[in-house]
Amino acid sequence: MKSEDFDLLSRLVRDRSGLVLTPDKSYLLESRLMPVARKIGVKGLDELVVKLRQRSDASLERLVVEAMTTNETLFFRDTKPFEQLTRLVLPNLLEKRAAKRQIRVWCAAASTGQEPYSIAIALKEEGAKVAGWKIELLGTDINLEVIERARAAVYSQFEVQRGLPIKLLVKYFKQMDGDKWQLNQEIRDMVQYREFNLLHDMKSLGQFDVVFCRNVLIYFDQPTKAQVLERIAELLPDDGVLYLGGAETVLGVTDRFEPIPNERGLYRPVRKK
Amino acid sequence: MKSCLIVDDSRVVRMVARKILQDLSFHTIEAEDGLKALDICKRELPDAVLLDWNMPVMNGLEFLIALRQLEGGSEPKVVFCTTENDLEHIQKAMAAGADEYIMKPFDAEIIQSKFAQVGLI
Ligand SMILES: C[S@@+](CC[C@H](N)C(=O)[O-])C[C@H]1O[C@@H](n2cnc3c(N)ncnc32)[C@H](O)[C@@H]1O
Repeated sequence: MKSEDFDLLSRLVRDRSGLVLTPDKSYLLESRLMPVARKIGVKGLDELVVKLRQRSDASLERLVVEAMTTNETLFFRDTKPFEQLTRLVLPNLLEKRAAKRQIRVWCAAASTGQEPYSIAIALKEEGAKVAGWKIELLGTDINLEVIERARAAVYSQFEVQRGLPIKLLVKYFKQMDGDKWQLNQEIRDMVQYREFNLLHDMKSLGQFDVVFCRNVLIYFDQPTKAQVLERIAELLPDDGVLYLGGAETVLGVTDRFEPIPNERGLYRPVRKK
Repeated sequence: MKSCLIVDDSRVVRMVARKILQDLSFHTIEAEDGLKALDICKRELPDAVLLDWNMPVMNGLEFLIALRQLEGGSEPKVVFCTTENDLEHIQKAMAAGADEYIMKPFDAEIIQSKFAQVGLI
């Protein structure tokens, strides 16, 4: 790929989504954008870039950005976060929000829905404890295609075997034709999905008690990570919590969050003095 | 080192499973049908059983029911691994005392994920 083409594409992707593509990732650009080129009926990346240069075309730009997102996810990813949710986070909120009986949870990079649905199932499994509570679960992603998949909640045999215990599969899914499984309506109804770009202003989303922002900031540069985390801090009350992915940390990125001792992956906001 | 008994009438499947389980640090034993597997279990119970359903002589479900009746037979974690991938079979297996259920085709990741779920890893 010509280096000016790489520059144009990587700048576009970075400006729109925060995803950083270093020159050693040009193979990734090529392999992921070829299908986009085919979809819009041009021969190769050269022609795709020509189109992008010709005039601003929001829908083509969106296709390019979406193609560059990594949507890898699984049910109950890393297990521990969901154990922490029912052991620590939920009991704490049930106590602190007893007057309002309302909890809001945001999955900020929901991908195809496995993470928000794992939360929904974990909460459902708590049964009587949350009965009568209004629990709002919001799943957002920049990629419209994965949001559609999340809404449909239809998963392949392979997907339902990654991380999901068989008892929960039997309990909450129904088998469809072929080797597809669909999550029950009851659990699906617990999660609202909408498109949302983490680079945008978040205030319109309202306040949350718990934010899952796992395995997305890893693709951003430091200043972008810091900016996103600082905005998330604004949406959390003092006793709110943030979940990051297993390989992520706030240390050296922002001082608006601090790790919760002995609870890997869990952070709480720090108020500025 | 934990032990896993691999029960499958296909030599190829046993070989693939053996490789995956050895990579997960299991000591593996193999049997090609339920009856042979049961004999092994009568001598010494493994920590885990990876169990096919359709096999000659004694199928996986019959083996599981017999295993659970042995002294100490409730101990081994039994993970079905079969092409029977419908809800009815899964429910039957769970009712008979299976701990987990893998629908073939499987790979290392699925085995690892399922074995972790039942506390073997
Ligand atoms: C690897 S997935 C993580 C899914 C899930 N949170 C997990 O940990 O399994 C990352 C997701 O982040 C989304 N994403 C990337 N950039 C984004 C942005 N700027 N705003 C919102 N979502 C973004 C991608 O579309 C992708 O679905």
